[in-house]
Amino acid sequence: MSLVRPFDKLPTLNSAAILLVGTDESQQQQLAEAILKEKKTFKINIHVATSLPLPAERDHIRPRIDLIAFMINMQSKHSLRNVEASLSHMDANFFLGKVCFLITGVGRMNHCSVEMNAVRKLGNLYCSPVLFCELDSEGIRVATAQRLLRMLQICAGHMPGVSALFFSSVMKSSIDE
Amino acid sequence: MRRSGRPSLRRRQDMDTPDSGGMTPLGRKTAETGINFTSTTRFSRGLTFIRTHTLFGQSPTRRIIPQTSLLQENADPQKIAFLLRKQWTLYSVTPMYKFSYGNLKEYSRLLSAFVAAEKQKGLAVEVGNDLGIKVTLSTLLGLKGTDQDQVAILVQIASRSQLPFENAEDKVVWSGWFCCICGDDLLESVPEDFTCLSLFLANGAESYTAIVGSWFQKTFDCYFSRLTISPLNLAWMAAMWTGCKVDSHMAATELVFSVPCIPQSLDISYAIHPEDAKALWDTVQKTPGEVTQEEVNLFMDCLYSHFHRHFKIHLSATRLVKVSTSIASAHCDGNIKFLHSKHLIGVLTLLTELAISQIQ
Repeated sequence: MSLVRPFDKLPTLNSAAILLVGTDESQQQQLAEAILKEKKTFKINIHVATSLPLPAERDHIRPRIDLIAFMINMQSKHSLRNVEASLSHMDANFFLGKVCFLITGVGRMNHCSVEMNAVRKLGNLYCSPVLFCELDSEGIRVATAQRLLRMLQICAGHMPGVSALFFSSVMKSSIDE
Repeated sequence: MRRSGRPSLRRRQDMDTPDSGGMTPLGRKTAETGINFTSTTRFSRGLTFIRTHTLFGQSPTRRIIPQTSLLQENADPQKIAFLLRKQWTLYSVTPMYKFSYGNLKEYSRLLSAFVAAEKQKGLAVEVGNDLGIKVTLSTLLGLKGTDQDQVAILVQIASRSQLPFENAEDKVVWSGWFCCICGDDLLESVPEDFTCLSLFLANGAESYTAIVGSWFQKTFDCYFSRLTISPLNLAWMAAMWTGCKVDSHMAATELVFSVPCIPQSLDISYAIHPEDAKALWDTVQKTPGEVTQEEVNLFMDCLYSHFHRHFKIHLSATRLVKVSTSIASAHCDGNIKFLHSKHLIGVLTLLTELAISQIQ
């Protein structure tokens, strides 16, 4: 059982790795396929896991993780609890822009078991962007895949002059200013 | 990295969430998981409903259980008993324009004619033949939370008895009632001509509900929409109603969960002995008379973890669809059954709050 650390491995040339953590495996699979279908200029590794910590046995062959996306389904409280438990197994350096929360299932308000406050508090507490997406719908899945790909490019350092720390501006609301 | 020091919730101008399927804005049908993006800014429609504490999709963090939630003295016990132990379907109603309590007889007459006309549509019937339907509108006294609440209205459709006996009673085939309990905090500054009776409960044939609903919508320019209850609110109900003291025989607290499975969904029913449920709730609740979201979460988590320990099933990954206690029983499709007259006002307060939040 090891902590996932953002900077303890050397990056590989022209490639990036994303880790999707969530309880719904089929949804992760679909999102991963959508990401792979996108046009990109670098090699991408998509790792999926149901929870952290990741098993220690394969740690030496795992590449450096550039972005971790936690998937929470608003219709299942179990997914929220799972993500909350996983967050304690991460190195604090990850929260400098290399984590984001994907919230799905908000479209059907009558089936929501998780309250909105809890999700917003999570985003505020961990200083990470919260993206609402309905991963059941094809169009939104493609849009989310594009978004994640762009974020991954920035987190892996492929964009000169732009760093993952800039994602905090995504979380600001114009009403606050 | 700059971070605002205030931990309070922030308004967002627009959020990329699809339009919710459950909360339909007036007159508009929305797809369940469509790609419609709605702005969360309030749209004022002349009537300003001021919602000071909630944003999109939020439920309140704490609810006060009113201590003096007994029926008022002028309640008719027979009429109240009529409301109990029946399955009522819930609707939320927007404020009615120019509704007057003095004209109830007139409304009864008009509604009778309307119901008879609707029922006769498409049938070849002799002119002047009375179908034997009688509609009565009456007030339900005693169903008030605060003094500013409007008096509840009861609508009944009875079929006139065909028997020639003098004292043969009419058989009630459909009942519906409007009420609004403690709705003032949420409905501020409603103009003079509007009557706010936000909650409508119907029992009987669906066709009659549709006919009565369309008459009210045409006559008073209001809108009826089905009130569905989300699993979050059902969890609140389970927690709040378990905590109520019931002197007589207590029924078991039963929770029904729906597991999304292919091809058919699976239903799990979890029944808890009422004494145990109440004991658990008493250890969770800190301030008597007030319930917070954390307490509700803790109560439900305890039940889920107990179930998981025995059956290795995560109930938190399923959807709560029905809650049944000694006070009342509620289903997520918007059906409710009242079982106890003493706590009727408390349950109606919560339902009124849900109805008002749906129409805002």
